Amino acid sequence: MRRFLFSLIVRPLVLLVLGMNARHYERLPQEGPCVIVANHNSHLDTLVLMSLFRGKSFDQVRPVAASDYFLKNKFLAWFSTKVMNIIPIERKMTRDIKGLFAPMVDALDDGGIIIVFPEGSRGEAEKLSRYKSGVYYLMRERPDVPIVPVFLHGLGKALPKGSFFFIPIIVDIFIGNPFKFEEDKRAFMDALNTRMDELQQEGHFKEW
Amino acid sequence: MNLGIFSDDLMYVFVGIVAVLVIATIVTAVLKRRKPSDALHEVDLRIRSWWVMFIIFAIAIVLHSTISLIFMALLCFLALKEYFSLIPFNRAHRLVLFWAYLAIPIQFLFIYFEQYGMFIIFIPVYMFLLIPIQAIFVGDTKNFLQSIASVQWGMMLMVFGLSHLAFSLVLPGKENGLIGAGLVLYLVVLTQANDVAQFLWGKMLGKKKIVPKVSPNKTWAGFVGGLLTTTVLAVILAPLLTPFSILASIISGLYIALMGFIGDVNISALKRDLAIKDTSSIIPGHGGILDRVDSLTYTAPLFLHFTRFFYF
Repeated sequence: MRRFLFSLIVRPLVLLVLGMNARHYERLPQEGPCVIVANHNSHLDTLVLMSLFRGKSFDQVRPVAASDYFLKNKFLAWFSTKVMNIIPIERKMTRDIKGLFAPMVDALDDGGIIIVFPEGSRGEAEKLSRYKSGVYYLMRERPDVPIVPVFLHGLGKALPKGSFFFIPIIVDIFIGNPFKFEEDKRAFMDALNTRMDELQQEGHFKEW
Repeated sequence: MNLGIFSDDLMYVFVGIVAVLVIATIVTAVLKRRKPSDALHEVDLRIRSWWVMFIIFAIAIVLHSTISLIFMALLCFLALKEYFSLIPFNRAHRLVLFWAYLAIPIQFLFIYFEQYGMFIIFIPVYMFLLIPIQAIFVGDTKNFLQSIASVQWGMMLMVFGLSHLAFSLVLPGKENGLIGAGLVLYLVVLTQANDVAQFLWGKMLGKKKIVPKVSPNKTWAGFVGGLLTTTVLAVILAPLLTPFSILASIISGLYIALMGFIGDVNISALKRDLAIKDTSSIIPGHGGILDRVDSLTYTAPLFLHFTRFFYF
């Protein structure tokens, strides 16, 4: 049902008014558990990433999203939970790290494909901000789960933070090779940053 | 219904296209079985995409004239979207692109209501002069000229140029049925055949390059071979699809081949400037929509005005 709704409402819109140009599509995992790490420029990021998955693997996709924003009104809450199937999390600082990550860990144990944006909020459009270490603490809970870095380009032009005007632009998607958690936090975050930078450099994008 | 125009003449042309595609498919399959290679795989992909494009185009042309218009508006939109996704741009001028997209539905409304005067000046006069206002009011003058000029060039090629395909459909005389759809078919078949013929002649005989810095694959042999092939085809197809005399069909063949070539290398130059190979990956084996309609951005407006001046 969810797959049907998504294919009916979201996918045609994404393909027609945006359009996707995915490089290394074969690297995209076809089943969970797995964590997709992507940069965050626009609300549309999640919809585009979800459109990459077809068939069975789509049912396993669960984007992680802030509950204060995505559950704030009835329609958004319906769309977020029924169509997007988000894992809502609190954006507040907390001591209870295990409790904060519990829903994501549960989803991974169910074989979910989890989408996270470790930049936290949508950054300044098309600029990579440094990744927050939340993803390190998440992966520490399930160190054997593969992490797939994905770099998105174009959505910061299409619908950047703070703009109401949508502009059709083709999204370039660069899918990286999967890698695993490592104990040393510094080394892990550096590895993540390097991988994302490499994906970004594949594109030779002009200044915008 | 447009189906009424589906005369015997149009039927012959469609059958001819199908025959060419069938032969191409069989030849590639045989060659592939004998000696598979990457190049052949590429050709195979291209021919498959030709089938898909032909079927979509044939349906769009034959079914209903309003459907044809919507299809062509969509084509303009996809081409413009690819172009806008490629060009460098000052972020502050983002909304200029928004207004540029809006030009498409307006342009097609003028076509729908057969307002030739507005159709012909809307983009080069109104859009070109009004669109800078957005950037001026934003107030950021950094790369102002670049933003405005690249949006205008994009609208000229993808909206003004390609929408001429649609205007052929509503030319006066369409009551006779055939003329509009026939002209579109004539133009599109000749333009695409010219691309293919140039490619094939160039592969077989090509040595001396025409514009090596812009497009290293274009050779004199390919160009002349394309020119002759297209002209022969133009003479053969003219009585089926157009009101042209022999002389007019020879001239239009030469004209389409020459202008198609220029439209093609024009997009090549643009891609080389931006250091990209294909404009997107939407059509397997061909690249983007822009890679396929590059020649049409020139031939559509130039051929329509040629026809209109002498025949309507």
